[in-house]
Amino acid sequence: MSFAKSKFRHKALPVNDLGLTYRDYEGAISTLCAGCGHDSISSAIIHACAELSIEPHKIAKMSGIGCSSKAPTYFLSNSHGFNTVHGRMPSVTTGANMANKDLTYLAMSGDGDSASIGLGQFAHVVRRQLNMVYMVANNGVYGLTKGQLAATSDRGVKNKVGDTSLFNDIDLCTMALQLGASFVARCFSGDKAQLVPIIKAAIAHQGFAFIDIISPCVTFNNHPGSTRSYDYVQEHVTTGAVTDFVPTREEITAQIPEGEFEDICLHDGSILRIHKLDKDYDTSNRLKAMTDVEEHKQRGEILTGLLYLDPTASTFHELNNTADTPMNQVKQDLLCPGERVLGTINDSFR
Amino acid sequence: MINNNAATINTTSKVNDFVVKFANTNGTGSASANNMFAKAIMRMGIPVSAKNIFPSNIQGSPTWYEVRLNENEFLGRRGGKTEIIVAMNAQSFIADIEDVAPGGYLLFDSSKQIPEQLLRDDINYLGIPISAICLKEFQNPRQRQLFKNVIYVGALAALLDIEFGVLKTLVGDQFKGKEKLITPNVYALELGFQYANNNFSCPLNYKVERRDLIGNRIMVDGNTGSGLGAVYGGATVVGWYPITPSTSVVEKFASYCQRLRIDPATGKKNFAIVQAEDELAAIGMAIGAGWNGARAFTATSGPGISLMAEFLGLAYFAEIPLVLINIQRAGPSTGMPTRTQQSDVLACAYASHGDTKHVLLFPESPSECFEHSALAFDLSDRLQTPVIIMSDLDLGMNDHLSAPFIWNDKQKYDLGKVLSIRELDNMESFGRYRDVDGDGICYRTFAGTHPNKGAFFTRGTSRNEDAIYSEKSADYVKNMERLERKFSTAATLIPKAEISSGLQNTQIGLIYYGSTAQAISEAKHILHKQGIPVDLMRIKGFPFGSEIEKFIDQHEQIFVIEQNRDAQMRTLISTELNIDPNRLTPVLCFDGLSITAKQISSDIIHEIEQQIPNQEVV
Ligand SMILES: Cc1ncc(C[n+]2csc(CCOP(=O)(O)OP(=O)(O)O)c2C)c(N)n1
Ligand code: SF4
Repeated sequence: MSFAKSKFRHKALPVNDLGLTYRDYEGAISTLCAGCGHDSISSAIIHACAELSIEPHKIAKMSGIGCSSKAPTYFLSNSHGFNTVHGRMPSVTTGANMANKDLTYLAMSGDGDSASIGLGQFAHVVRRQLNMVYMVANNGVYGLTKGQLAATSDRGVKNKVGDTSLFNDIDLCTMALQLGASFVARCFSGDKAQLVPIIKAAIAHQGFAFIDIISPCVTFNNHPGSTRSYDYVQEHVTTGAVTDFVPTREEITAQIPEGEFEDICLHDGSILRIHKLDKDYDTSNRLKAMTDVEEHKQRGEILTGLLYLDPTASTFHELNNTADTPMNQVKQDLLCPGERVLGTINDSFR
Repeated sequence: MINNNAATINTTSKVNDFVVKFANTNGTGSASANNMFAKAIMRMGIPVSAKNIFPSNIQGSPTWYEVRLNENEFLGRRGGKTEIIVAMNAQSFIADIEDVAPGGYLLFDSSKQIPEQLLRDDINYLGIPISAICLKEFQNPRQRQLFKNVIYVGALAALLDIEFGVLKTLVGDQFKGKEKLITPNVYALELGFQYANNNFSCPLNYKVERRDLIGNRIMVDGNTGSGLGAVYGGATVVGWYPITPSTSVVEKFASYCQRLRIDPATGKKNFAIVQAEDELAAIGMAIGAGWNGARAFTATSGPGISLMAEFLGLAYFAEIPLVLINIQRAGPSTGMPTRTQQSDVLACAYASHGDTKHVLLFPESPSECFEHSALAFDLSDRLQTPVIIMSDLDLGMNDHLSAPFIWNDKQKYDLGKVLSIRELDNMESFGRYRDVDGDGICYRTFAGTHPNKGAFFTRGTSRNEDAIYSEKSADYVKNMERLERKFSTAATLIPKAEISSGLQNTQIGLIYYGSTAQAISEAKHILHKQGIPVDLMRIKGFPFGSEIEKFIDQHEQIFVIEQNRDAQMRTLISTELNIDPNRLTPVLCFDGLSITAKQISSDIIHEIEQQIPNQEVV
């Protein structure tokens, strides 16, 4: 279920250039687990769009299937949204964008959605340089189906039922870089100071913008032995609807100074060492970005920030030389060649 | 001894009623020469049909091109042995000799001798040293290869009395803009023509005589009709993935768009096509575009339909317009990729999990491929649901004599129930899935229309009338019932079945659809001659209109003729109209070739004969 929020707004709330407040960019009340990183992403999107003064109805929210893909319900309720099928958001967004290039496409996906079932579509939408913002809420597990390992899980990591990730992980940023994305960033959902400006930059970017957002899962990051763990609670609570019980956690936040790292303790007690790019980082070197990501990974760190930007890249429509009028607005007289032309076409078959 | 002196063997003379079959090797450039032969007959005013029988390998394998002339317009595949075979493929030579009807002719390249043991003495051999002639007359190896085909067409012109002038103008039309090619082609035609005239007694007793039976008809393949229909229907977005036999639908769409949809002022395109990474993406793109209000389509065949099933369910449930052109081929699985069938009927009618149903259209000719493909965009916009066009390989890839493509400039695209900014302004409140008009079709809005009204979330999960996620049983049931109501509305919008009643009090009705139509008038003729008058009904779309039930009610015995093993249309009729399947006798062909009138009529006669003793017992 999603719940509508009250329309009440405080008179003192600041307004943007359109006269809208942050509240005008909100969505329904979230039904994700309290403390889920995905909610922090929603909140960052709300701030980014409000600060950019984008008309909400000019935004299309696209997603696949997963907890992360449910998130678009929880921001921008004055925007059309499309919760498609698992892993196939990129093709639907491609079609939507082909039909109307004048909207801002904000897409949200999960690591299961994008790195497993949807890896093919992910790769191809990057190649096609679609003008969109593609965000992956990366929690290293399947949230919605309750905790299976994702293809982004680090090798050797265990999930809640004790399965170990035996294989190499897929790094979506490295893939996006390799496939020619013109904007690649990695963020931590709790670091709003970094996330909001990066989302803003991604929206402003004309071309394919990819943001991999590390977004902790409250529910399936719990370690055995914890008295607050999902398993523990399930064993110790005897009331109905047990499977829907989810421990409430505080949202994890962090403010990491540029060029430094911080150790972030997840809900399960594991530590993520997040390293923020320094101010002088060169964002124009695709190859170096790939190496940097890899080097930090080998040191057990996650490198965050804007990794690569090509401000001059062409977009899908430029490459295809499509008309300036969006395809869904081209009038019949420009689409239908008419009776007379059909007559000559018929003649060619006689 | 080869009997090279044609017509020494007794043959009954036949004018404008025989079959010529060309046996070629794939990749040797025979297609355009063979096509020229068929077109020449059409230009002489005689009804003609042409069928390509080709392998799924790319090069080197045998291909056949079968041309049937028939003044009575019996243009389905005739079947049986062939009167004239042009045997140009060593690989299939033995089989080709076998295939000649007694008294018929085998035209072959006599540059090499035929082994004595292969010869039949009940057929005529027309040996022309085609390779030797080419070797002598042409320098360029490619020309030596290509003109072999043109030479035998020239020879056939002499043998069958085809007007040489007609062939010459055809060459001129074919190479318009490439004038350099005209002279050598006409020369090659003449080489064949002269050789036949000098060495055989021309014409043979099978011959072509000018008539005036073609009217304004055209000769074209169904996929060209479908692609062009999409241009006229206003499609702007295409996502597709290559698969035989649907590929040429998009290729034709693209080439007509290149000619007709580029803005002369800016050079920019009023269309966008993506060759997707697979069928999942192809249909996903069409759905995304349909959701955003552009007319979009994809084209595929059986294996693609399987992959598209999940998305078809989404489009059905989320109510998104989408046109899917399915050019059926023989399945299951990869089946016979270059053979024809009508075996996706059930897979398409009910594609995807859950209670899902789709609107289907069954074109019978290239002009109807055009008409249905243009119409499908209006239908899917009005109904906000996928519309699947059920063409097939035979219809799609073979040239057919067809009514011309028709478009009326008064036709305006019908986008259905889409709310404008003004309408939204004047509305108290908007609910995406409210059945305001009681026809099951709700109003939709497009992203970007209104600053604060009309936005909603599209999803494949259950929701209430206001598009809010809901798992309440009542909401779900109400929605599913409305979708059913919408499907009933669809039955009133799609083309009605075409009924042609024969004599009064005819007790037997034949039901057929799609490309099976080609064999029907001949089957009816054969049955009539046997004293079995029949009424005909051609189904043009699904969901079924009430006329179908009525037709079945009015006949004592119904035969359902189709090209699949499992009598899929019969199942659909019996399930959807709640008709006892025993009322519907299947007549089936699923060997990958088009059904013939002979088969239809003999199956029906056989069935009726079996029933007679039973009746006498009473
Ligand atoms: C075709 C298909 N297969 C499987 C599923 C079940 N499913 C739903 S969400 C999901 C995984 C979600 O994981 P992720 O994308 O990482 O998102 P998260 O829930 O972790 O945010 C799966 C496997 C489905 N909906 N559709
Ligand atoms: S299961 Fe995990 S990912 Fe899903 S809502 Fe809960 S915390 Fe978020």
